[in-house]
Amino acid sequence: MKTAQNTAQAESQTATNGATMTPAETASPQVTEMHPIKMTARKVDVFYGTKQALFGVDLEIRDNAVTALIGPSGCGKSTFLRCLNRMNDVIDNCRVEGEIRLGDTNIYGANIDPVLLRARVGMVFQKPNPFPKSIYENIAYGPRIHGMAERRAEMDEIVETSLRKAALWDEVKDRLQEPGTGLSGGQQQRLCIARAIAVNPEVILMDEPCSALDPIATARVEELIDELRENYTIVIVTHSMQQAARVSQRTAFFHLGNLVEEDETDQIFTNPRDKRTQDYITGRFG
Amino acid sequence: MTTGAAPASFVSDAALKRLQKRKAADQRLKYYGLGAIGIALLLLATLVTSLIITGHTAFLQTHVTYPVYLDPAKIDAQDPSKGNYRSIVRDSFTALFPEVTAVREKRALTDILTSAAPYILRDEVVDDPELIGQTIDFTVPVSDPFDQFMKGNIKRETPEDDRRVSDQEIAWVDQLVAEGRLSKPFNIGLLTNADSRFPEMAGLAGAITGSFFALLVCFLISFPTGIAAAVYLEEFAPKNKFTDLIEVNINNLAAVPSVVFGLLGLAVFLGTFGLPRSAPLVGGMTLALMTLPTIIITTRASLKAVPPSIREAALGIGASKHQVMMHHVVPLAMPGILTGTIIGLAQALGETAPLLLIGMNAFITSPPGGILDPSTALPTQIFIWADSPERGFVSRTSAAILVLLGFLVAMNAIAIYLRRRFERRW
Ligand SMILES: Nc1ncnc2c1ncn2[C@@H]1O[C@H](COP(=O)(O)OP(=O)(O)OP(=O)(O)O)[C@@H](O)[C@H]1O
Ligand SMILES: [Mg+2]
Repeated sequence: MKTAQNTAQAESQTATNGATMTPAETASPQVTEMHPIKMTARKVDVFYGTKQALFGVDLEIRDNAVTALIGPSGCGKSTFLRCLNRMNDVIDNCRVEGEIRLGDTNIYGANIDPVLLRARVGMVFQKPNPFPKSIYENIAYGPRIHGMAERRAEMDEIVETSLRKAALWDEVKDRLQEPGTGLSGGQQQRLCIARAIAVNPEVILMDEPCSALDPIATARVEELIDELRENYTIVIVTHSMQQAARVSQRTAFFHLGNLVEEDETDQIFTNPRDKRTQDYITGRFG
Repeated sequence: MTTGAAPASFVSDAALKRLQKRKAADQRLKYYGLGAIGIALLLLATLVTSLIITGHTAFLQTHVTYPVYLDPAKIDAQDPSKGNYRSIVRDSFTALFPEVTAVREKRALTDILTSAAPYILRDEVVDDPELIGQTIDFTVPVSDPFDQFMKGNIKRETPEDDRRVSDQEIAWVDQLVAEGRLSKPFNIGLLTNADSRFPEMAGLAGAITGSFFALLVCFLISFPTGIAAAVYLEEFAPKNKFTDLIEVNINNLAAVPSVVFGLLGLAVFLGTFGLPRSAPLVGGMTLALMTLPTIIITTRASLKAVPPSIREAALGIGASKHQVMMHHVVPLAMPGILTGTIIGLAQALGETAPLLLIGMNAFITSPPGGILDPSTALPTQIFIWADSPERGFVSRTSAAILVLLGFLVAMNAIAIYLRRRFERRW
């Protein structure tokens, strides 16, 4: 039901813009400002032991848009991303303070189970990490543990639609029982995206999803991200300015654990307000 | 490009000298390694060869075949287990040598047969009572001195006073050979008989069954416990002083001499809980104490070797901690866990001291029917036989060691096979 609603929104958005165009063209300020806010971070501090990695980050993440997190290495992009689905919980000495809301619920609230949260906020990692199982099993695993399919036919359908959405179906439909680790790097990454989609999340977090891929596979995944935006909220960490410009509608620039600036991607790349942002995107440091 | 000292020093005398030195060091390292492997192989070859030289004769056993008349007058037709089999065996055998009449000589003659011959015949008749009244071809092992004589361990040339077989007895054996009554088939009894006072009848069945039961108990206790402990320590335990202490103690436990575990088993399992002595159950429990640290340590290593990306992948789609463990990490670690377990069990199979302490070195003439029956195990059986003076037990000791080594090699081969078979790439 939610998906249908999202699609409707996405369609109306495409309609206002006329034909589908490259993301940079579609992302005019009026458009993303119109998108409802999906996730909100308020005064987020993160500590690894006694070392503070994030300092009071305030950020809004908009629905049906791609938000890019950029910044020099070690500035806390991954740390912030992992706060959004509480993957930091599994790191022993990591402590998160402040508030992060998904819709109206504080995901760090007492009654929130991170296991259920991660079904709503999925994640794709830097290095493709398919399970050493069949392609089919890779996709079916999530829906199975969340009890999303009762019969084999339902599961088959989930597997097919997930692979289709990840633009991988045609390449693997004849070899679903072969191991997922036997695919090429780019295919593996799309398999991981399909695996994340299969549990029907609302938000997909991607931590440098293309850094292990060649340019062609990268283009393929970027294209996919742009398509997925219609139905999902996407947050992507990237080191490539060009990639941020190509796929995202909004961009957040981090520096030394602070969120320096967050705005329309166009705005950040053409007319940044902060000197540090300017220096970074023009390649003066980082 | 060629300016500066760097390219020049590449071919300078000093550089060449250094290079030569390094190459020589490489070579030396290689030869040290080869030498070490050579010594190890030599020792192994010496061990196995000496075992085969002393033990190979035990894999054959001299048998004599002769006609036996099952006199109905001497057997209770109602209950064939009752009967004067001793006299049946003796009379039929002495009938082969009509010239022997003196009672004493007849007794000496009968000593060629194993003392167990009447029981073997009784068992055959009990199995098939139809035989009563017929004359059958009866095949029994010959007693140890004659077996050794036939195998050449007792020599004809030795003066009569120095050998355990008299000239008269040799003449009888020669007659049996001439009549084609002696044969030397593969000694199946070595694997199917239980222990016996008579070397020609002694076998390893009891010890093999006992070892099997003990290892089964050991596996059933140490495998699940070991995995559970390792998973907890690796994945759930908080990192603090207390878990550090546990960790250090587990590593120390692996280094505790096995005899100490034997004493513990003796005091706790036999003393406090009053479990039966000599039982494979207690043996297995004691061995489990020893195997547990090995399994915990190898399991933790295998769990650590599963790449964190797999855990992240599973967590990222909303698997709970136990699902991550049970669906992904533990199955991926299983080949390593199994390899460690089998190596641990192989160690346990060869362990002697703890079993001696809990009494698994008793003289027991039937294989155990269950884990509570008294029994020996392979290493303790070797220990018992090595202590027996009869010539036949000397070669049987070596043969038993070879059997034990065979089991160990088989277990290690399974471990290697598992490791190869399930090796994964990610
Ligand atoms: N598990 C951890 N334990 C301790 N410190 C950590 C841990 N993970 C990250 N940090 C520290 O937190 C800071 C932010 O790290 P983070 O991984 O978020 O950076 P990043 O922006 O993603 O960098 P990159 O672009 O190189 O991936 C760094 O200083 C890092 O050293
Ligand atoms: Mg990072």
